[in-house]
Amino acid sequence: MTTMKRFSGFNLIGEAFRSHQGWPEHWPDKAPKASYDAIIVGAGGHGLGAAYYLAKKYGITNVALIEKGWLGGGNTGRNTTIIRSNYLYDESAHLYDHAVKLWDGLSQELNYNIMYSKRGVLMLAHNVHDVQSFKRHIHANRLNGVDNEWLTPEECKAYCPPLDISPRTRHPVLGGALQRRGGTARHDSVAWGYARAASALGVDIIQNCAVTGIRRGADGAIEGVETERGFIASRRVGVSAAGSTSLVMKMAGLDFPLESYPLQALVSEPVKPIFPCVVMSNTVHAYMSQSDKGELVIGAGTDQYTSYSQRGAFHIVEHTLAAICEIFPIFTRMRMLRTWGGIVDVTPDRSPILGKTPVKGLYVNCGWGTGGFKATPGAGDLLAYTMAHDEPHKINAPYNLDRFRNGRLIDEAAAAAVAH
Amino acid sequence: MLLIHCPYCEEARPEVEFAYGGEAHIARPVDPSTYSDEQWEEFLYIRSNPRGRHHERWRHAHGCGRFFNAVRDTVTDVFETTYKAGEARK
Ligand SMILES: Cc1cc2nc3c(=O)[nH]c(=O)nc-3n(C[C@H](O)[C@H](O)[C@H](O)COP(=O)(O)OP(=O)(O)OC[C@H]3O[C@@H](n4cnc5c(N)ncnc54)[C@H](O)[C@@H]3O)c2cc1C
Ligand SMILES: [Zn+2]
Repeated sequence: MTTMKRFSGFNLIGEAFRSHQGWPEHWPDKAPKASYDAIIVGAGGHGLGAAYYLAKKYGITNVALIEKGWLGGGNTGRNTTIIRSNYLYDESAHLYDHAVKLWDGLSQELNYNIMYSKRGVLMLAHNVHDVQSFKRHIHANRLNGVDNEWLTPEECKAYCPPLDISPRTRHPVLGGALQRRGGTARHDSVAWGYARAASALGVDIIQNCAVTGIRRGADGAIEGVETERGFIASRRVGVSAAGSTSLVMKMAGLDFPLESYPLQALVSEPVKPIFPCVVMSNTVHAYMSQSDKGELVIGAGTDQYTSYSQRGAFHIVEHTLAAICEIFPIFTRMRMLRTWGGIVDVTPDRSPILGKTPVKGLYVNCGWGTGGFKATPGAGDLLAYTMAHDEPHKINAPYNLDRFRNGRLIDEAAAAAVAH
Repeated sequence: MLLIHCPYCEEARPEVEFAYGGEAHIARPVDPSTYSDEQWEEFLYIRSNPRGRHHERWRHAHGCGRFFNAVRDTVTDVFETTYKAGEARK
């Protein structure tokens, strides 16, 4: 255990009198022990969350979190941070809304400002199909107690003034679906906040240590993981490795229904606050919000081919910016500062896999594809629950691997063609 | 953007002319009615998704319109070779 010094007004003032020399490190870098009660592979937000909830809610504190790079350096640190839960199917609404409920109050729980901002997520409808599909979502959401409301073009404009709603544009705005509880959070803070809180509860965070093999006993059950720093024993291993999940699962002898694609994002030069909410347009493939630093944060599409390169093609970015300029002509002269890519793991039905595997003691959380940041606290909690009970929680029970065999898919992709 | 050599047109053309067709050499069931759920799962959903050499299909959608196969490294995105549909796995 490490001592965590709480962030409070009192401590802040106290530290101000000694030049802030008394703050301890957020989390110590740990060398692996020989064995643990549970191991999590992958210190993205999901893995960090799982380690935290294992220790906090489910009483398993002898936990190692093993990360091949630095924590939060995967998709957690590369995404456009959109949070919403207005998915169509009951299973999805329950899963994503579980997470949105946890976002509320997470800063207080972790004693770390994760900057969850409920600025609203507005999804634009550009054609009759969009209008019908969004209204269907709104009705389905209402039945599940998830807020989502229909806005006329004028109401969209009032909610997001930079929007061009004139009927002559190439992508006319016919209305929009607004989830007011949706918004953004600061991705790095989410990773750091979970890491600090988990390590204070006794979790060992081991960075720069790739898992290179998974050891199974004569009965097939998990015995531990081989890593760059030697073998670490545990009868419970949870894999939360996003784009690299296929590779880790192969180490256990399992072939997975996943493909890994590059997904890109970019930010503009910082400007004064001008963009009050998140706007998504699936039809023209553009997503945008403004960060607290003032940059416009823009999400692009995936490349068409699978890759682990962590960089996407330029024409994908160009396509997205063309759409942004069309919908928000006010931004045509903004300069873009940086682009980057992450590798997202996509399932055939575009819904995640979160539960047990055919290997005893091996659990998996993957397949969040282009839209798992919003699920971070929920996925962490449910992976921890599943590992602690050796049974899925009823929220993640439908997200099993068997669905690709028995056909009970959760086909959000066909339902919405929604990327985030 | 990738430059892709079409084995029919015998020319390297920009990626935007091509449509990706997923993993190659996944044989359709010859006798579908005899397929078990496990076999359907394998055929429809399980993919090798390797880090390194990947066999994949492409279609020269805005060119000759034909399907062909390719071997590409999924870390560097460099094409090792492309070859016509029907030829043996390289
Ligand atoms: C450009 C972009 C934009 C996105 N925008 C959004 C958005 O707006 N809203 C949204 O909800 N989602 C979005 N997403 C998706 C979201 O980022 C992911 O679904 C989510 O962050 C996944 O979290 P994670 O913790 O599972 O993965 P990651 O953060 O990728 O963590 C996985 C970790 O596993 C580690 N790992 C892999 N292999 C090994 C190994 N062998 N040994 C040890 N460690 C290993 C990796 O290094 C990595 O740190 C976006 C993604 C991208 C790339
Ligand atoms: Zn051709």
